[in-house]
Amino acid sequence: MRKLSYVQAINETLHQIIEKDKNVFLVGQGVISPWYVGATTVGLIDKFGDKRIIDTPVSENAITGVAAGASFTGMRPIVMHPRMDFMYYAMDQIANQIANWYYMFGGMKNVPITIWGIINRGGEQAAQHSQALQSMFMHIPGLKVVMPSNPFDVKGLLVSAIYDDNPVVFIDDRWLYKIVGDVPKEIYTVPIGKGAIRKKGKDITIVATGWMVQKVIEAGSILQKDGIDVEIIDVRTLKPLDKTLIFKSVKKTSRLVVADAGWRTCGVAGEISALVTENIFESLKAPIKRVVLPDTPAPMSSVLERAYYPDTNDIVATVRSLFKQHRRTLGGKK
Amino acid sequence: MNKKLDISPVHTDLETLLKKMYITMLRIRKFEEKTGELVSAKEIICPCHLYIGQEAIATGVCSALRKEDYVFSTHRSHGHYIAKGGSIKTLMAELYGKITGCSKGRGGSMHITSPDIGFPGSSAIVAGTIPLAVGAALSFHIRKKDTVSVAFFGDGATNEGAFYESLNFAALKKLPVIFVCENNFYSTHMTISDCLSDTRIYKKAEAFKMPGVCIDGNDVLKVFKQAKEAIEYAREGKGPSLLECSTYRWRGHVGPNIDLDKGLRTKEELESWMAKCPIKRLEALLLKQGILSKSETHQIEKEIEREIEETVVFAKKSSFPKANELQKYVFTEN
Ligand SMILES: Cc1ncc(C[n+]2csc(CCOP(=O)(O)OP(=O)(O)O)c2C)c(N)n1
Ligand SMILES: [Mg+2]
Repeated sequence: MRKLSYVQAINETLHQIIEKDKNVFLVGQGVISPWYVGATTVGLIDKFGDKRIIDTPVSENAITGVAAGASFTGMRPIVMHPRMDFMYYAMDQIANQIANWYYMFGGMKNVPITIWGIINRGGEQAAQHSQALQSMFMHIPGLKVVMPSNPFDVKGLLVSAIYDDNPVVFIDDRWLYKIVGDVPKEIYTVPIGKGAIRKKGKDITIVATGWMVQKVIEAGSILQKDGIDVEIIDVRTLKPLDKTLIFKSVKKTSRLVVADAGWRTCGVAGEISALVTENIFESLKAPIKRVVLPDTPAPMSSVLERAYYPDTNDIVATVRSLFKQHRRTLGGKK
Repeated sequence: MNKKLDISPVHTDLETLLKKMYITMLRIRKFEEKTGELVSAKEIICPCHLYIGQEAIATGVCSALRKEDYVFSTHRSHGHYIAKGGSIKTLMAELYGKITGCSKGRGGSMHITSPDIGFPGSSAIVAGTIPLAVGAALSFHIRKKDTVSVAFFGDGATNEGAFYESLNFAALKKLPVIFVCENNFYSTHMTISDCLSDTRIYKKAEAFKMPGVCIDGNDVLKVFKQAKEAIEYAREGKGPSLLECSTYRWRGHVGPNIDLDKGLRTKEELESWMAKCPIKRLEALLLKQGILSKSETHQIEKEIEREIEETVVFAKKSSFPKANELQKYVFTEN
């Protein structure tokens, strides 16, 4: 199949959907810039003009509300935030207005908007230019949250997000932008709410989000050499979460590690652990472990950054520790 | 500047003031040039937004302040910090991500601090420190002090709601705060006319019934005089002022390059502003008035260069923070 990078897949999707559907438009900071949003929007302004590709002043709160308002009249706006950190300014519109609207009015008016937030971290950018806020959005009733980890999914989930009749927070990650994979040329969807198994295995389940999926895949092959056969689940959608897929896997492997590059407390990983213990506690043979960020703001110095962001080694070590601690239950495995 | 210099009665020891301002501006310029070199050489990794071209604003305003007055800064922070009297040694060490840095290697270029001289910190969220400056002013007001607070911010920050809310509250409560807008006509890749329906930023003061003026931000004496007036007004309990200072950043939005290749501005535009160099202008005045001789300015320059070399030596020989101290400074101990 044809190969595209993650960033090319986003770019192609935007071109195709905006071309196809007159109701879709893109608004946000840097959408006309070749560098501000990592080449995701290249060529759009030339093709569609500034009525549908709208670069904006630094006014996150108003612009997010503006996009939502446009959706009331039947349009399907995409509002882009070049960094998740800046979305705090837009929180009132996202959490109070957009997320509540449908429920608050007894289902009379839905908000079919895509709220696109980019994770952009590393490179000593420090606390205000590094945040991954998936858990925060996942916490808010009324928002769907997707977090594609590869080029195929980023296209399919972006299409699904745009055509979902609910507000969808679409989270991508600049650390994924260069990853190359199969991407069909035509428009297709990846269903919201469905996870995917990236590797089948029998000894332990690792559930991961976004960038961490790539790290877990690396860890999986290292662990294979140890004789630990991991099953890898890419959740793809954080809300609604594909519980069925996760439960089925954990029932089989009896062990679970969750990897998410967000903060530990009240995070995605904590939520998934709670769901598993609440529902299928009896199938667990070991405590659930989380590979996450410490409850610490993003540091600046590279030395601290390296300690801060979870990596392949952290996943490998966490899995190994489970098998060391609980060797008794392993039955013959080294 | 024509004929006899008349800036009385703003300062008693005029010559000393002028010399000091010259030294401060040159120190900022040389520090930034060195920083640019070090970024190019990949010695410094963190994103640095250089202040080259805008030196007269921080210098003029801070020269009219007392040590106990507060200054709040932005992502383009070095000039404000240096002008308020921050140590360039600990600043350079911070850019290197070292433990001896002013923020202990946690913050980097965008997050520098020196609380002992009334510089509580710089923030990289556009307009993020404007309310904080108002808050400091509120505390002076409550405690009946004649201390003032200054918010430095760019033209882009006037796109944010936080700016307008802050102006209103400060004016409503007659708080001793000076809003200093450094209008360099760009907000990242966008020109001011792509961001503001009315680009006369000083006019926005009118809506809040506070004084608002627009001055040549490359004329350090004008900046000093105007700031002095606003500061006095604030000290007397008359309330806030808005000072718009027109200027230009010689380098790109971030990093050491002039970024003409990005197609965002012309060579002619850059050159016309370089011809209005704030430092050259003051230097010409000092020479003309016989306050400094050519050999003295040369000597000052050499001295500053030496001082800056020392900061690099200091930064390089300093240690990195320890990885196991990643979580230090999340909370303070009572
Ligand atoms: C809330 C928020 N939105 C967007 C950004 C990205 N950003 C960083 S600097 C900047 C432009 C600011 O322009 P201006 O205030 O004029 O300051 P200048 O860079 O010109 O000094 C933007 C949009 C940010 N840091 N914070
Ligand atoms: Mg600006």
